[in-house]
Amino acid sequence: MAWAILSLFTFPLHGEQISAPSDSLLERGYRFLTLSDESVRMVLLGTVLMGLSCGIMGSLIVTRRLSLFGDTLSHAVLPGVAVGFLWSHSKDSWAILAGATLAGFLGVALISLLKKTSRIRQDSALGLVLSGFYALGICMLTRIQKMEFGNQSGIDKYLFGQVVGLSSTDLWTMAFSFLLILALSIFLYKEMLVAGFDSEYARSIGLPVDFLQYLLWLLLAFAVITSLQIVGVVLVSALLVIPAATATLITDRMRPILIWSGLLGCMAAATGAFVSFLGSQLPTGPIIVLVSASFFLSVLFFHHRNGLLFKWFSSRNRNHRIALENTLKAVYQELESIDFQKESVSVGQLAKRRRASMPQAHREVSALVEKQYATLHADQSDSPASPKPVLISLTPKGWGTACRIVRNHRLWELYLTNEARYAADHVHDDAEKIEHVLGEETVRRIERILSNPRKDPHGKLIPSQRDIDRGFIS
Amino acid sequence: MSKNKKAEEPFIPDFDAVDTFLTPWATQAETAWNGQIVTMGILVSLACGLIGSFIVVRKLALMGDAISHGILPGLALAFIIMQSRALFPMFFGACLAGLLCSLCIEWLQKKSILKPDAALGLTFTTFFAFGVLLISIYGGNAHIDPECLLYGEIGLIPLAENLSIAGIQLGSRPLVSMLVVTILVIISIIVFYKQLLVTSFDYTLAKTLGLPVTLIHYGLMLLLALTIVSAFEAVGVILVISMLIFPSVTASFFFTRMPAILVSSLPLSFVYSIGGFFLARWLDCSIAGAMVLVASLCFGLGWGFGPKGGLAWQLFHRLKHPHPSIIERTNQYPIKE
Repeated sequence: MAWAILSLFTFPLHGEQISAPSDSLLERGYRFLTLSDESVRMVLLGTVLMGLSCGIMGSLIVTRRLSLFGDTLSHAVLPGVAVGFLWSHSKDSWAILAGATLAGFLGVALISLLKKTSRIRQDSALGLVLSGFYALGICMLTRIQKMEFGNQSGIDKYLFGQVVGLSSTDLWTMAFSFLLILALSIFLYKEMLVAGFDSEYARSIGLPVDFLQYLLWLLLAFAVITSLQIVGVVLVSALLVIPAATATLITDRMRPILIWSGLLGCMAAATGAFVSFLGSQLPTGPIIVLVSASFFLSVLFFHHRNGLLFKWFSSRNRNHRIALENTLKAVYQELESIDFQKESVSVGQLAKRRRASMPQAHREVSALVEKQYATLHADQSDSPASPKPVLISLTPKGWGTACRIVRNHRLWELYLTNEARYAADHVHDDAEKIEHVLGEETVRRIERILSNPRKDPHGKLIPSQRDIDRGFIS
Repeated sequence: MSKNKKAEEPFIPDFDAVDTFLTPWATQAETAWNGQIVTMGILVSLACGLIGSFIVVRKLALMGDAISHGILPGLALAFIIMQSRALFPMFFGACLAGLLCSLCIEWLQKKSILKPDAALGLTFTTFFAFGVLLISIYGGNAHIDPECLLYGEIGLIPLAENLSIAGIQLGSRPLVSMLVVTILVIISIIVFYKQLLVTSFDYTLAKTLGLPVTLIHYGLMLLLALTIVSAFEAVGVILVISMLIFPSVTASFFFTRMPAILVSSLPLSFVYSIGGFFLARWLDCSIAGAMVLVASLCFGLGWGFGPKGGLAWQLFHRLKHPHPSIIERTNQYPIKE
């Protein structure tokens, strides 16, 4: 494989260095942090502007489920770049910017036309436009490279991006597009919010929804094109999607998402520029994307409310508690089956009721003991069994919890049969789930509705608060 | 699309029928050389078209895009570990990375609150960035050309080393591996046609029928990764996606039944490959790019004039049956008592 990609002619790797490799790490860090270098200042300013613009635009498109429009747009601008280059015969000019904007706009318009007039789904339409436009661009660029004026390198910086080649014109363009985007997100915030989340409503209150949509695409095109020069065609969509996706994990309000997304994009860009400046051979674009992705991963796992680790812990705790409560309930039912004549049950009886193996039952019981819901003691009676069975007695705390769970279960069953008109044999599974989550207040209300019942639909006694307080059922 | 083409005369070379159509086949050596290119094009678009028909129906059109970018770190790691461009480690690494990428996407879609498109865009770009980073750190002497990776160079196929097994010359290596993959794709589609069809169109029915839906899904993903890995050196990672989508979408303007769409990817692949070859010959540009241009052209024709939902037919239909009055429309959907 690979001979084609590991090609015959060595290209200058697009991981160019913005620092001389001869300096030491400390020296380079110092130079970056003091901003003493003209090139460092340019690079930092460029990447930060890029991170901010892409972050803000990204939050607007990700919340509209248009994440992959950025990807399509960044590929679709290529023929425009080629046309602009043909027109002006130079590599950095407004002609390229104009051509690229036009081509990107055309691509997005084509997608909505395809969606309107055919049965093609959005993802296919995106792929069609992306690859069709890109192929056109590739054909034009390969053609240009074979013509006499096309020989100067630099046009390929649109494919992979080059942070070194950043000129002050580029910076001005970036600043201009950033200001436009900032203005949009401040002055048209409300309109964008309404049009993005409920376009029907926006239309009904007289907002120019289509105009806003086109404005959004125009600014998206600006953000994409100005960033293309730094990170290249593929990674620009990462800059749009990753900070915004991270922001949607942190919060679910639009304004904080907008701000977080811009901040994260800016932070990732600055950190990425710093890291790639420290290392001698590190390309800036991929480093920025990887820093951004690591922000995303840390939020995904460690966020205090939505993080996967947090969710995992809380679901493990919940499962633990439910298992404990089920064991307690089984002990209660075992005691009930002997009419509360004794105060303790053996592990064997428990295992039989729980339909569990002996080791399993032992584990469950020791979990009870650990939480001080029960105590273990040897059988004092003179039964003939030679290894005396181990008996479980509930502590007051355990008794209270067991009663509460059984009460919740039976109350709910009664509520379903009496109030919701369920058949008596259909209520158990439902009650089995809800018994663990019913709060005291809900229980009080159900008791009031059912006027403090004593018997459940199956004729079993519902333990009352008095039974819980007294510690036994009479 | 390209207004400039007419204005800039040198940009579009004069059309020379002899040079375009006859010179490539003038001598035996040239015929062999160009024949390999055209064959490779046909194989790539056939295999991709067949797999793509199912991918598009499953709304996974952009999964091809994602996997084709996601294989990059696999390629780079295989090269770094083996320190050679040996065939099988590279192939294996690429497939593994592609599958890993699709697994990550599905995991994110299931486990996090992210929207599916955001999860996809996020994952494959990160994979790609990682690959680019690896190449630029360790691949300095590997001569990995990122540009070639992005748009491929089918014109270099005949330059590849020959593959020979037991002394028998089998031909150019990429060509042979693409042929093997194409045959594999055709066989698996014939053998598992029913299962693929049911799981693609009606997931719930497939589950109630007791089909192993997850297994079929990952089988399809593996097949997709295999196809992409063997195709991308010819058409590049980005143009692979067009070969996945264009054939079946174009065919859907002419046919509505799956078998017809599948079969029509064969003539379409001939048109793409041969048309693209001549177009590139005339314009002197990237052959893979020209193939996709031809594919776009075919798609445009289908969109315009296809009998199943083409624009011209929609217009014709509207002229023949003028806009129904509001009463007719209400009568169309009678209110049930």
